[in-house]
Amino acid sequence: MGIEIEQSHPSVELSSIAISETHGENSPYFAGWKAYDEDPYHEITNPSGVIQMGLAENQVSFDLLEKYLEENSEASTWGKGGTSFRENALFQDYHGLKSFRKAMASFMEKIRGNKAKFDYERIVLTAGATAANELLTFILANPGDALLVPTPYYPGFDRDLRWRTGVNIVPIHCDSSNNFQITLEALETAYKNAESMNMKVKAVLITNPSNPLGIAIQRSVLEDILDFVTRKNIHLVSDEIYSGSVFSSHEFISVAEILESRQYKDAERVHIVYSLSKDLGLPGFRVGTIYSYNDKVVTTARRMSSFTLISSQTQHLLASMLSDESFTDNYIKINRERLRKRYDMIIEGLKSAGIECLKGNAGLFCWMNMSPMLENDTREGELKLWNEILNEVKLNISPGCSCHCSEPGWFRVCFANMSEQTLEIALKRIRDFMNNKDRKDIEN
Amino acid sequence: MKLLSTKATCNSHGQDSSYFLGWEEYEKNPYDVVQNPKGIIQMGLAENQLSFDLLESWLAKNPDVAGFKRDGKSIFRELALFQDYHGLPSFKKALVDFMAEIRGNKITFDPNHIVLTAGATSANETLMFCLAEQGEAFLLPTPYYPGFDRDLKWRTGVEIVPIQCTSSNNFQITESALQQAHEEAKKKNLRVKGVLVTNPSNPLGTTMSKSELNLLIDFIKDKDMHLISDEIYSGTVFTSPNFVSVMEILKERNDLKDFDANVSERVHIVYSLSKDLGLPGFRVGAIYSENDMVVAAATKMSSFGLVSSQTQYLLSAMLGDKKFTRNYISENQKRLKKRQGMLVLGLQKAGISCLKTNNAGLFCWVDMRNLLSSNTFEAEMELWKKILYNVKLNISPGASCHCTEPGWFRVCFANMSEDTLNLAMKRLKDFVANNNGEECSSNKRTRSTQASRSFSRKSLSNWVFRLSSRDRHEQEER
Repeated sequence: MGIEIEQSHPSVELSSIAISETHGENSPYFAGWKAYDEDPYHEITNPSGVIQMGLAENQVSFDLLEKYLEENSEASTWGKGGTSFRENALFQDYHGLKSFRKAMASFMEKIRGNKAKFDYERIVLTAGATAANELLTFILANPGDALLVPTPYYPGFDRDLRWRTGVNIVPIHCDSSNNFQITLEALETAYKNAESMNMKVKAVLITNPSNPLGIAIQRSVLEDILDFVTRKNIHLVSDEIYSGSVFSSHEFISVAEILESRQYKDAERVHIVYSLSKDLGLPGFRVGTIYSYNDKVVTTARRMSSFTLISSQTQHLLASMLSDESFTDNYIKINRERLRKRYDMIIEGLKSAGIECLKGNAGLFCWMNMSPMLENDTREGELKLWNEILNEVKLNISPGCSCHCSEPGWFRVCFANMSEQTLEIALKRIRDFMNNKDRKDIEN
Repeated sequence: MKLLSTKATCNSHGQDSSYFLGWEEYEKNPYDVVQNPKGIIQMGLAENQLSFDLLESWLAKNPDVAGFKRDGKSIFRELALFQDYHGLPSFKKALVDFMAEIRGNKITFDPNHIVLTAGATSANETLMFCLAEQGEAFLLPTPYYPGFDRDLKWRTGVEIVPIQCTSSNNFQITESALQQAHEEAKKKNLRVKGVLVTNPSNPLGTTMSKSELNLLIDFIKDKDMHLISDEIYSGTVFTSPNFVSVMEILKERNDLKDFDANVSERVHIVYSLSKDLGLPGFRVGAIYSENDMVVAAATKMSSFGLVSSQTQYLLSAMLGDKKFTRNYISENQKRLKKRQGMLVLGLQKAGISCLKTNNAGLFCWVDMRNLLSSNTFEAEMELWKKILYNVKLNISPGASCHCTEPGWFRVCFANMSEDTLNLAMKRLKDFVANNNGEECSSNKRTRSTQASRSFSRKSLSNWVFRLSSRDRHEQEER
């Protein structure tokens, strides 16, 4: 968040990157966090505080992880016939721990119902998907070039893809007329837009399943996107960070499956980003990966990962955990079920409050349609409603404009970062808010 | 073939190809006391392996910490979710206290001014992004750590202009060398944003004198630029003179109390636990600055390279144990001193001297000029290869550190057992004894010629993008 500094004498010069606003932290996405930080909900000590529904964290399956740790203490310690502390502490090879890469590859396969194979030698490790996305951008594009990204998209991309890289994002506009699916027309329009601004398009970057939509991309759309990038001779980055959060496994199609079905023809333009921050709920451990079908990209990404390596202590822990097949099989299944249950709960709750959501099948959030509630069908109208919900209903949710949505009135609402009780309370507050609004409308 | 960015293709990784070779040969034929006693001994790796037992014993006494427990309760969830780029407050406090302890508590650091990064590699790059534009430059004294060519320049587009130091005064920085470097930058139309020094120095293994530090402060004050002091080896000073951090100098100088000078806002420190604590795998680096804007920008940038919360927690407990840290620091220094002594003695017996001001680091800066067939970098490379293939020692040639004078090598002593070190010295002694008959030694000490300087520049600007198994060994070791 911004820091106020009194500059009473000319400050010494920093770079333009350092002083630019491209880190995007002045957007409402981050302002809501601030309001929450200042007045956080707590069921006992602050029951009327702000409930955080803007944080896409997965807190529903920690018990499974804790149980694993209790039963497998060697994962978090050293010696006893396993890796020695010395060996682990010295290990800074940017290839990453082999056992961890293998475990990661196998985990990624399981998430995709074994419908795609991953070669652990193509896995590059980075400190989180944040680093992975920035790194890929440095590798695939030069300053001034463009990446095409479908809207609405994760607000963090504005920083991750653009800030230090100097690369531009040109939006592929999607709208509710077809449930925000990416169309060939939208792709072509975005490409032409970039050209008209004299920007060289270097890649299309999709998030699948989508954040903030909470839907897995359909096979036919993926095929179209793949054909499009092949035609234009550009890259495709598929951020599959939510792949383990699809409520039923057969509904997620990874671009990896499509490539396999095409015998990997033209695969060297495709790169997949993954992370354990969402599926495993471990954002603090900074575990991200780039999986590329392009040898040069793998080599270069590996070298660049020197700037963002994963702690070998953490690699050791997760190598153990993710190579335990009975643990991972069980975790993936149960996590999915719990997320589905939460999703159903919130959809029902919102429905009973008279609010519709996009029909989703993945993620830690739903995409809520409040456009009928807007005073004005504009960005300002949306922000006005957002402010009301933040300050009066005391819920921090993410306004669609912070995700660059072209239609005002949509909001991303997270459901996996709180207890069921808290979710009930949040839903009650929404119901009350909507009831009051109705009453006001009737009175008016 | 799809085009990649310029960064990915042209300027790739900035590797000196001889460096690759050394690694490759070592990997093909690594020394092992039992399995391969005639193999190559790795002396090019600046790792600190001398004090692991102290860390291991602490871990054994505090088993809960690695198990995500605090006061008997599990804090796994809390840690797993903690991704705040401001860092774990308890860790930052423990880290700054540790940094102060290393400096004899002559200065204190404010934990709110520290930014955590995934290693010093990340810290240095981040500072470049914060302080300089693409195409601008930083001045660095030679010889310097080869990894800087990648860390400071690759993705940032910043240039390095060398401050040429020579053996005539034990490679100390002089005013004329600073001015000369500045002039050179001007000639190349490069705007200089600051100076970056490593103190204690890699590869020299020496601490900077107070006069050098004052010189640097005068210089940046006068030229209105930044000073980055990479103090990654600050805990490895094993003999006098004591380590003096640039922060101490800032505190002492009265002329800087003048409001308009704001020099203290232009001085930034880099630190890491990779050398002092021997934990390069854990990726723990830090930037310390009194400049609020730098701290703010660097903090946001640290999103791209945060330290694992699991690791932050472990180290907050370890470094928060003051009894442990005090003992560790002094014991570690004692062991380094002893080890360095062994290396120096061994070299002496082989008739080889090293920089006599060596008082820190995990290596010696060794003078093999009298073993060169000619005072050229070509001859240095020849000698290096002989030492690699015949003596079976992998050491780092001065050319890879941009040294202006041929014949200097960095030899590490803290990444192997005492026995292995003794063996290495024996091999060297035998080599020199055999070599003495062959080499003529008359004109070894002439000053570097233009030819040798331009040769070094040529051999060092050959960035080759390679796709091969050599990639395994590309990582520069500090």
